[in-house]
Amino acid sequence: MPDFGFSIKKSRGEDLDQVSLDKYRQLLEREPSFKRCFQCGTCSATCSARQFTDFSIRHIHTAFRRGDYETLEDELKKCMLCGKCTLACPRGVNLRPLIISMRQLLDETPVEVKRRRRQR
Amino acid sequence: MKIQAFPYNDFVIPFLIGTVLLFGIIIFKYIKWIRRFDDAQRAVIRSNWYLPWKVFPAIWEMLREGLLHVRILRKNLVLGIMHQAFALGWFLLIMVGAIESRDAFISLNHEQDIEYVRQLENQTGWSVKDKEQKKDPEQLNQRRYRVETESGPARIHYRRPFYVGIFYRYFVHEAPATFRLHRRYADTMDALLLYVFLGLTLAVVKIFYSRMMGMRRTTKHTIVDRFAKFSLWMIFPLRLLAESVTACLYGNGGFFTQAVGNLFDPMIVRGLETSLWMFYSLMLGVFFVTMPFTRYMHIFTELLLIYFRKLGMKESPKKTGYTYFELNACSRCGVCIQGCPMDKVLGNHEVQSVYLIRSIRNQDFGRRLKNIAENCLMCDRCTVDCPVGIDLSALRRQTRDKGPIDTIGNYSYIPDDKQPFNAMSRVVYFGGCMSHLTPGITQSMERIFQAAGQRYWYMDKDASICCGRPLRQQGFTNQSDELRRKNTEMIEKSGASMLVTSCPICYQSFKKEYDLKIPVMHHTEYIDMLIKDGRLKVRHDDRHVSYHDPCELGRGCGIYDEPRSVLSAVTNLQKTRYQREKSVCCGFNLGNTKLSVEEQTRIRNVSLENLTSKPVDAIATACPMCKKAFQRATTQYTVRDIAEFVAENIID
Repeated sequence: MPDFGFSIKKSRGEDLDQVSLDKYRQLLEREPSFKRCFQCGTCSATCSARQFTDFSIRHIHTAFRRGDYETLEDELKKCMLCGKCTLACPRGVNLRPLIISMRQLLDETPVEVKRRRRQR
Repeated sequence: MKIQAFPYNDFVIPFLIGTVLLFGIIIFKYIKWIRRFDDAQRAVIRSNWYLPWKVFPAIWEMLREGLLHVRILRKNLVLGIMHQAFALGWFLLIMVGAIESRDAFISLNHEQDIEYVRQLENQTGWSVKDKEQKKDPEQLNQRRYRVETESGPARIHYRRPFYVGIFYRYFVHEAPATFRLHRRYADTMDALLLYVFLGLTLAVVKIFYSRMMGMRRTTKHTIVDRFAKFSLWMIFPLRLLAESVTACLYGNGGFFTQAVGNLFDPMIVRGLETSLWMFYSLMLGVFFVTMPFTRYMHIFTELLLIYFRKLGMKESPKKTGYTYFELNACSRCGVCIQGCPMDKVLGNHEVQSVYLIRSIRNQDFGRRLKNIAENCLMCDRCTVDCPVGIDLSALRRQTRDKGPIDTIGNYSYIPDDKQPFNAMSRVVYFGGCMSHLTPGITQSMERIFQAAGQRYWYMDKDASICCGRPLRQQGFTNQSDELRRKNTEMIEKSGASMLVTSCPICYQSFKKEYDLKIPVMHHTEYIDMLIKDGRLKVRHDDRHVSYHDPCELGRGCGIYDEPRSVLSAVTNLQKTRYQREKSVCCGFNLGNTKLSVEEQTRIRNVSLENLTSKPVDAIATACPMCKKAFQRATTQYTVRDIAEFVAENIID
């Protein structure tokens, strides 16, 4: 293909109809303050881990919402739970329990599902 | 010829069964727990159990706490008297009873009154046996006299079973003539019984009017506990009744039982005597059997806990045998509920340490236990208050253990040599994560370092690594250890001789969880040292300041005086109502993950109210977290860290 200086990228859209929102709902149940999040990114800006790597709570939020759990488990382990994000959050979202809940929810995923996901 | 006489009646059987079961179960449990000690704890026992300078203080504390309840007396006088009356009163009843019966039986054996034995034969409650004498008379105990009877020389041996002290008045109606102290013993026993009754009265009053003891709320007990409590409470009135009836019939009571006994009609109560002693024995038996399964297990366990603790044993991150001793040493007195901000401010009286311990003991696993364990500020208020000295925060951390998801974290992103460290630095300064949100503190510290002419390496200037304590508090021990390793490596590589940190959370972590070879100081300690050494000159301004003791610094590490000394040097320090150990958490402690921001705010407001109860110009604290919390709440008062006050007042 000749180089036109631009290319056609694959669609990054997610078919939300195909995504199971069960875990997201469970998460909201455990941590209702998450509903208030307006994705301003203050948490990511202040994050200690973010200063070293591309760990981003905002990104995790989006991924979790879309049911895109594949990389989340490893990603969430990067969090040091230092709590700066909770203190900085302008909306009063309880971020530390949120991250712990996310990890617990992902851990509760049945083993077969995890394996299938890994094979994919 | 040898005559044996020993007291026995069927009513001792419930007591005997109770005693055998009690000690059987307790010893079984203790052996089980001791076998579960981990290697470090075993090593402590093996190397220390006989050392006199460890054992004697331990015994002293066992007596002081097990009987006198000094610590609880200091905390709460009336409650202390109640506990002391039950413990000391009952203990002395048993001991004096044993000594009394011993003395009486020695007199009996001395007297060798054969007529007395003949009387005993006709009396209920004694069995008198004639036994062929097999041993050579010369080898027998010299103390026993020979008594001439019709069938030749005889020795009477009054046997004294251990239960005789408990039922003494029933078995010995008339003391032998040589036992002159008889009356005096009877009066002493009555006085002791009255002492126990004082405790009993206080305990009953406490149910209906706990405020008399300064307790806003008492522990809510389970059915089993209440049953055991009921049997304990019934023991003493029944003892009084039984002794009074015996005193009524035979006139052998002390001042109190005789007075009560004289109220009865001998003709009516004669038939009741044995039944009353039976009920008394039955209640003792019931209480003894329930004891190992209820809160009364603390009676013996507390003593062992004190012994182990004095030997130098510590709670480990995982559940060990020592944990079981701690769990069972809790008497559920409810002192931990009184100071708890969760109850005081939020009215949540289900999550306090007493309920946590009960839940663990009752093996309530799952959501219920989790809710209790997670919903705590870890402000250590209860740990400081606990009259038994149980390490409550450690127990909570254990319960919070996250289990399978606590695998090794994904912290490979942390660079190994984050910064080129300055080899000339003598001091490593660790600001802590939270200090990055309050740059005033770190800037002030840098200013102080410069003014004192101290070369330092600001370890987490550009990018911070957490100390690992927040993870540990939430039960992620393995991940926390990984951060600990990284930090330790970095600190050791720097070759510094001291670590100064601005965050009490990190301070406690470095001091207690890390194994650093260099001294760790909180910046308040460090500044205090600089001022006292004359390396830092400060002036005194005329501001009036109240100081908030951060949980982790005060109760966590016992640093109360240094911040006050620094603050008094630069400002006028005001006292507040709740200070030092009693300071109220700012509500934003990292220990809790269940509270919403609104609830945390409510706790903070109470804490703030306490700080501003007297007219002050500013609020001082020594923790970036507390500073942030208060700063958000008030525009009326300036909230500053101690370092900032000092930096403002440096004389160059």
